[in-house]
Formats: sequence, structure tokens, C-alpha cells
Amino acid sequence: MTDQIEKAITREYEAGFTSSIESNTFEPGLNEEVIARLSAIKGEPQWMLDWRLKAFASWKKMPEPHWAHIDYSKIDFQAISYYSSPKSMDDKPKSLDEIDPELLATYEKLGIPLMEQQMLAGVAVDAVFDSVSVVTTFREKLKEAGVIFCSISEAIKEYPELVQKYLGSVVPRTDNYYAALNSAVFTDGSFVYVPKGVRCPMELSTYFRINEQNTGQFERTLVIADEGSHVSYLEGCSAPQRDENQLHAAVVELVALDDAQIKYSTVQNWYPGDEQGRGGIYNFVTKRAMCHKNAKVSWTQVETGSAITWKYPSCILRGDNSVGEFYSVALTRGRQQADTGTKMIHLGKNTRSTIISKGISAAQSNNSYRGLVKMMPTAEGARNYTQCDSLLIGDQCGAHTFPYIESRNPSAIVEHEATTSKVSDDQLFLCQQRGINSEKAVSMIVNGFCKEVFKQLPMEFAVEAGKLLEISLEGSVG
Amino acid sequence: MLSIKNLKASIAGKTILKGLDLTVNPGEVHAIMGPNGSGKSTLGYVLSGREAYIVEEGSILFEGVDLLTMDIEERALAGLFLAFQYPLEIPGVSNLEFLKAAVDAQREARGEPLMSSKEFLSAAREACKAVRLPTEFLKRGVNEGFSGGEKKRNDILQMLMLQPKLCILDETDSGLDIDALKLVADCVNSQRDAKRSFIVVTHYQRLLDYLKPDYVHVLSEGKIIKSGGPSLAPELEEQGYAWLARQPGEEKSL
Ligand SMILES: Nc1ncnc2c1ncn2[C@@H]1O[C@H](COP(=O)(O)OP(=O)(O)O)[C@@H](O)[C@H]1O
Ligand SMILES: [Mg+2]
Repeated sequence: MTDQIEKAITREYEAGFTSSIESNTFEPGLNEEVIARLSAIKGEPQWMLDWRLKAFASWKKMPEPHWAHIDYSKIDFQAISYYSSPKSMDDKPKSLDEIDPELLATYEKLGIPLMEQQMLAGVAVDAVFDSVSVVTTFREKLKEAGVIFCSISEAIKEYPELVQKYLGSVVPRTDNYYAALNSAVFTDGSFVYVPKGVRCPMELSTYFRINEQNTGQFERTLVIADEGSHVSYLEGCSAPQRDENQLHAAVVELVALDDAQIKYSTVQNWYPGDEQGRGGIYNFVTKRAMCHKNAKVSWTQVETGSAITWKYPSCILRGDNSVGEFYSVALTRGRQQADTGTKMIHLGKNTRSTIISKGISAAQSNNSYRGLVKMMPTAEGARNYTQCDSLLIGDQCGAHTFPYIESRNPSAIVEHEATTSKVSDDQLFLCQQRGINSEKAVSMIVNGFCKEVFKQLPMEFAVEAGKLLEISLEGSVG
Repeated sequence: MLSIKNLKASIAGKTILKGLDLTVNPGEVHAIMGPNGSGKSTLGYVLSGREAYIVEEGSILFEGVDLLTMDIEERALAGLFLAFQYPLEIPGVSNLEFLKAAVDAQREARGEPLMSSKEFLSAAREACKAVRLPTEFLKRGVNEGFSGGEKKRNDILQMLMLQPKLCILDETDSGLDIDALKLVADCVNSQRDAKRSFIVVTHYQRLLDYLKPDYVHVLSEGKIIKSGGPSLAPELEEQGYAWLARQPGEEKSL
């Protein structure tokens, strides 16, 4: 039966096609000159270039981290190209009609039509292809509400005060190795500003697509929710199937000012590599939120892709009564390795955090939860609740839990619960005996296991996420 | 319906069924009794195609088709149903979702249109009523936290929903109180018709009083050592199995 499970969890990567789109791609290599060229192409102001160069200088001095529960061969940062843009974007198209139809077709194939009339009502999309933002939809409608939603490149030029004030304010340039690299070479990403007291009238989403070979994707996202505002944001990702590993090192910064709420959801489906572990995306991401007084930030993530995932969306609960939440489903199969979790840093009084992590490991994959809950001396009456559940499919995979708790305030309460369960042969037998095929059985069991997290996703995407898991597990049982 | 000839089967290298013959015609109810460890549950697993059980010899025809070439799912979809001696749990998957997936699969296999959610829900509620499980049980995980008796009734509920052709009930009555036992018997009786057959494994006369089986068989050490009509059961209840095992020659004369 275990053989059957093995078969069930090997499947085709559906987003693995390549688009033939002519591109302008930098020669591989990284130095000050490359950064200056990148900055110039984007028409950035001097302060931005200076910022990048400072980040680069710090990065050069930093050692590559090796502490996560993952194993991979050294990355040659000089072998990567740091900029690639579809040729058709050279003169940035003014409207959708001017966009290369091949590009639109790529997104459509991925199930993300960019034509506004075909889109999910109430969802605005920023589409990032390799290094550049291709299009941002529904901008006019959002503007009416005062919401700014555009690519970070545009924001740097059009809203320099906001960018200068907040860029690096949550994830400093020198925060960690990959964040420093990103700060030096980030190419594009999304920018959101929701003004005081405004409830963003639609879901915002960004779709990242890596197409070009040997390019890294370094996107930078900055979301600012001004006092009392609400916004829900979703990002999705995919990449073609290639034998070489590709690097994705993103930084996401969220700023939730007093009484603001940000819901940030991720459905990550980067190419995970083949069964032998060839190819796939290295996903090294720094995501962090700064929560001011009474603010609330929820991170929800469904991670099914990437060869390696190294990711800890975190909340700094600085303001009193602020709330941080982390809901995660991480599925690994084949030879995927995921080391993911969260950090909740409690500074303010009566701050609250909830962590629900669901790890599913199949085949020879390794899935680790790594979480830090830190109660600072000022965090009077703070509380955390952590629940970490692992589900094993087959007997060659691994699940690991590394909860770190640091409490420096005696009035703070930290609770941690963990469970490990297995999709058993018995359960599969019961399903099959009732006529349910084993693939459907595994996907039902996995979906049941993830219910708590799926509930947190915006409705439009909950179904999608369920389907994604289903596709991911397709073929997992003969 | 079912024709088993000289069935020899093993688990973990140990031969459990040692030449078993059994013929079940459409509409018949067969009771199988016998000492613990004689291979009754093994028979159910072998019939349902569970992987760990290896058929070494013999043949099994189900509606004229060689059952041994079919996998678990195909057998289930052909109408073979096994109620477990120890029903299993699937936490997190609701009973309703589980039933729907099973019923959908069965209908699809038979080329019938799928039930609408509404139709399905009312059928499921009806079935709950029949086995006297509160409808809230439909929302709970499959057998998750159910008592022993509730699990058994849940198996019967599945049987009612799936409408199989051959139902194998493995000690479904064990651990049930008198009322629940009567209930299970009533459900089985309500499902009896000229086309549906039952193999009922039990240790107790009481269930058979309600079911009035057409045949009673005694399975011992992997063989059916005695077959008879309904009157065999009270005899066994009174005298146990030992006298049969000691006089294997007698089975022919009866
Ligand atoms: N997985 C197994 N490995 C080894 N022996 C088994 C296994 N399952 C059942 N058996 C043995 O097979 C024999 C028959 O078991 P079973 O069919 O459950 O008997 P019954 O249902 O008549 O009580 C018993 O001796 C039991 O110990
Ligand atoms: Mg038994």
C-alpha cells in the first residue's frame, strides 16, 4: 500500500510550461555596476541606488546561513542573472491592449486572466513576470477609494515619500543574508497604500511568474495600512519546469498602523523539482509585519511548491493590544524540503498571537516547522497559542517541529500543542472498500487536516487552494 | 452471486484459510460462526481484496466474474461491501463528505447520474434515522470519537447508502446492546430482497433469531466444517464448537 501512496504523490507540475517571450536579460553576475545598470534601467532616483549599494556592501560581508533543517548545494550568486524583462515591456504598455498577447496567454493558462472583464469580481491583480510588473488591474477603481496599488518600481517614482519612509522599516537592509541580497537587487513587486479609515473595496493580489532561465526573482512587496484601514492581499507564484535550480529571494514588509488590519495570504506553487530532486525553485523569503496599537495582521500561507522553502512570516507586535496570526499549510513531496514557520515578537501589552501550522509530508520529503515566540519584558499580559500538526503520508518522509519560546515577562502566557498523525493503510483500505479511489481518499484526508487553515483564506482562493493540494497529490496512489 | 472454491489464503506467510468452499445465491443470507482465530475476518478481507492477504489457491467468482483479478475499489464498485469487525477512524474527513465521495463513486461506476447535494443530504438524513444516529454525526469525522456501538451503526448507515449487492457483516453485532442489535437486524432485514445477499459473521444466536438465515456454517481452522439450516445455530450455542472439531467425519452426514 505504501507503494501506492508513493505513486499517488508523484505527479506532473501543471504550471511547468515555458512561454516563448523575447526578453532583455542581463548577463549573469553581480557587482556594483550590475546594480547601477538595473537601477538606471528602471529610472530610479539616486536615493534608491544608494540604498541598494549600501545593502550590497552589507551583503558581501555576510555569511550564507546554514542553520535551517534543509540541505542543498552552494548557490553560485555570480551564475545568476539579476534582471530579465519581456522585450515588449521596453516601452511600458499603457493599457492591456498593448500587452504582448503571449504574456496574457501565459497568465490565462495559469488561470489568472488579466482582462478585467474576465476576472474574479472584486479582485485586483498585479502580475509580475520575471523582473517586471506587467500590469496592475482595477487601478482606477481603487484610486477612487484612495487606495494605491501599483508596482514597487512605479511607487519609487510616484510616491517617493511613502517608499522612503517605510522601505526597510520592517525588514532592515541588513536583516539577514537573503534580505540584504534582495535589498540590493530587487527588481519589482507590489506596493499598496490604504489611507486612514479606508476599507479596501476589493481583494488585492499579485501573481509572480518566473519564466526566464537562470534568472533569480527578487521581488519586494510593501503594504502600508494607515490608521484604522483594512486590506486583504493575496500572492500566487509559479515557474516553468527546468532542470536547474532557480533562486527566489523575496522580501515582504507589512506596516499596520494603529487599528489597521492586514490579511496577507500566499498560495505558493513554485516548481518543486522532479522526483530525483533535480531542478526546482529555492524559495528564501523574508516576510515581516509591524503591528502598531490595536492592529491585526494575519499571515495565511499554502505552500505546495519549491524545491526548498525557507520562510518565516513574522509579526512584531509593537503596539499594545495588537494581534498577530499565522495559519500555514505546507505540503512537501518528492524530495522537497520546507523549513517554515513564524516569529511572533511580543513587545506591547496584551498582545496576542495565534499560530496554526499544518505540515504534510509525503515521499522522501522533509517538512519542518520552526517557530519563535518571544515575550519581551514590556509584553505585560501577552498571550500566544501555538498548534503544530504534522501529517505523514508513507514512511520515508520526515516531519520536524522546532518551537522556540523565549519568555521574559512572567505575566505572559505561551501555550504549545503538537500532534503527528499518519495517513494509514487502514484508512485507505476503508475508503477503497467503499469505492473511493486512493487519490481521492488521500486528498480528502489532507483537506480535512488543513480545514482550519483553509477557513482563513479569502473565499475566492480557498477553493483554489483545495484544488491545488488535490493536483499536488494527484498520482500519489496508484 | 458468489462461488468460492477450495480457497487457500495466507497472511504474513501463515496460511489461514485452508480450502474453503462456499456458494451464496442471490437473495440468500449465510451466517458464519466459529471459534476465534478460525479465519472469519480473514475471509472478509480476502473477499474485499485487502493487499496483505495472499490467495494461494482456489477461485472466487462474483456474479460470474473472477474476483481475484479485481482490486479493492473495483470489487467495491461491483457491489461488494464489508462492515468491519473493528471500524476505522478517519479524523478530519466528515462522515458526510466520506459518504458523498463513496456514493458518487458508486453511481459513476454504474453510469448513473450523481445525486444533487439536496437529494443526497435527505437520503443521508433518512439513513441516520434508520440506524438511529443523530444527524449531527454526519458532520463529525468518520468514526472520530464514536463509541463502539456508534461505529457499528455507522457501518450499517454506509451500507444503507451504498446499496451493495453482497454485504459481509463481520461481527457487526458484537458489543451492541439488545436494542442496537435489533436495530441492525431490522436494517439488514429491510435491505433483503431477491437480489441482495448477506454473509453475516456472528457469535450470537440472538442476531440469527432476528435474521433467520438460510444457512449457517461453522468455520474452524480455515475450513467450513459444518453447514446446516437455521437450527444449527442453537445447537452450537448450546454445545460450543469443540464437538464438531473432534468429529470432522460427521459433516458429510448432516
Ligand atoms: N496481520 C496478521 N499477521 C499475522 N497473523 C494474522 C494477521 N491477521 C490475522 N492473523 C491471524 O490469522 C488468524 C485468523 O484471524 P481472523 O481471520 O481474524 O480470525 P477470526 O475473525 O475468525 O477470529 C488468527 O490466528 C490471527 O492471529
Ligand atoms: Mg474476526
